[in-house]
Amino acid sequence: MDPGRFERVNDTTWRIPPTGPMRVPAIIYGGESLLRDMDDKVGEQLVNVTTLPGIVRAAYAMPDAHWGYGFPIGGVAAFDAGDGGVISAGGVGFDISCGVRTHRTGLGRAEIERVQAPLADALFQHVPVGVGSTGRISLDPRGMDAMLAGGAAWALAEGYGDQRDLDYIEDHGQARDAEPEAVSERARQRQRREMGTLGSGNHYLEIQEIVEVLHPEAAATYGLRQGECVLTIHCGSRGLGHQIGTEFLREMAIAAPEFGIELPDRELACAPIRSPLGQRYIGAMRAAINCALANRQIIGQLARDVLRRFWPGIELPLLFDVSHNTCKLETHALEDGPREVWVHRKGATRSLGPRHATVPAAYRDTGQPVLIGGSMGTESWVLAGLEASESAAFSSACHGAGRCMSRTQARKRWGGRQVVDTLAAAGITVRSPSQRGVAEEAPGAYKDVAAVVEAAEQAGLAARVARLKPVVCIKG
Amino acid sequence: MNPGPPPARASACPDIGWEHFHHVADVGVRGIGSTPAEAFEQAALALTAVITEPAGVRPAARVDIECRAPELELLLVDWLNAIVFEMSTRRMLFGAFEVRIEGDRLAGQARGEPVEAARHQPAAEVKGATLSELRVRQDAHGCWRAQCVVDV
Repeated sequence: MDPGRFERVNDTTWRIPPTGPMRVPAIIYGGESLLRDMDDKVGEQLVNVTTLPGIVRAAYAMPDAHWGYGFPIGGVAAFDAGDGGVISAGGVGFDISCGVRTHRTGLGRAEIERVQAPLADALFQHVPVGVGSTGRISLDPRGMDAMLAGGAAWALAEGYGDQRDLDYIEDHGQARDAEPEAVSERARQRQRREMGTLGSGNHYLEIQEIVEVLHPEAAATYGLRQGECVLTIHCGSRGLGHQIGTEFLREMAIAAPEFGIELPDRELACAPIRSPLGQRYIGAMRAAINCALANRQIIGQLARDVLRRFWPGIELPLLFDVSHNTCKLETHALEDGPREVWVHRKGATRSLGPRHATVPAAYRDTGQPVLIGGSMGTESWVLAGLEASESAAFSSACHGAGRCMSRTQARKRWGGRQVVDTLAAAGITVRSPSQRGVAEEAPGAYKDVAAVVEAAEQAGLAARVARLKPVVCIKG
Repeated sequence: MNPGPPPARASACPDIGWEHFHHVADVGVRGIGSTPAEAFEQAALALTAVITEPAGVRPAARVDIECRAPELELLLVDWLNAIVFEMSTRRMLFGAFEVRIEGDRLAGQARGEPVEAARHQPAAEVKGATLSELRVRQDAHGCWRAQCVVDV
């Protein structure tokens, strides 16, 4: 995008003042070069979001923002139900509650290297991954309802995980007030055999080495030591979430005129929060959040099972589990005082600063861990939420590197075998059922995540704590 | 009597086929045909091509699909999403499609086989067809183009 389109507030904050149908300004965070690299569609889509009823303060784009559908990926917007505010299925996305979960292993890189290939093979065999894979759990209708209401707590009761895990999952591993009855039979059908599956595309399970610590105090609080490894899982609510997104997007797009909502892009399909349709979506979306939390809880335990074969008794305590495709009711400080608003984060991570009541007690003085997924060959990051992110973007930060090249372009440029061999030469073991999938996820197809997290820190969204490099990567 | 070659249809489209159009994070699928139904068939092939090479999918089993929508564009999204649903719940891929459209109804058939990861090398599952860049239109050459972005 041309930075000339924006008011430059400071080095990492760019603003489009409200004109025409815009109800609030649009604000993009990121350095000038990140902004230049963003597609024009990011600005267009963000401006479209500012026109939706009930939006408060501003629509925000994170430094990793890219062209999405409806909302930009990396978009954040909050709505006030009392002011005619809306909830948007397109503003949450298809992969409801897609997110990242990181476990500490306490193992040094050398210990992983000793078993690197057999460990990669064992993880690849034990964790269902890729198109068409099925989980070990088959849910009957009653089990499905319990999962949709219970989230990670349900998975724990089913024998997946450790009681202490729940303290380190956003919202204690459970979206309250989920309404399983709002989830269609078709959505349930898609999930019946998908519990505990990783999926495909940009989803992964990785063992990553902590190669650099930038914030020693926060790293100590999080138990992250340079040279040790963590295990990270990136996936979401699988077929159930996708189907809920599909169904409500359609229903909201058709219903919008009845609500008197003018959509500049039909993909922004939304409904008033205080409408039966809005409420039904909220109930179903929360059930999908629980599905994602349960799914990651199961996969975390599957990974533990594998690592215990190599290191009996190893604990793999959970650092944190945080989602980046959600809408949540939160209290935020607005000009006229604290107010409850519905915060959409589509490809954006909640980033709660120190002293926030819902940050796990052990991290209360430091802030919530913000887990940033990179690409398989480059790096991932652990950040810490900052208090400033509250006023900057309703306590939100970036979520990943973001693609800079389409899947088609990546496939033309690289072969899967070539990517696997190049990464192997760099000490990274990749296992995937699809060479084509690996080619499409080639490291060069993603933006420089280091620039993204640096901009996030400069903008006051989250502070950099540790840089992670993959050692083992299981890809769908 | 030798009937001779069939007369060319006035609206015959010279560009029948499918393609992907550019989208950085996801993929745009576009089907081109002489009729909306043919464009929908081609769009379904474009959908399969996001995942695997359509020619590599054997048309061993047939699945019937019916959809109904208040307008043609939503009917395209419904058709593609119905295929996504069948792929997901049956663990199948489809490589051949037939579509009939009458009014607001679509009756279609998808032919394919169960996913075999080693042979199909499926790159990514499609989560759903979106309303983004959604268009079903006829151009000046008589071609119908049916397109939208799909989330992968």
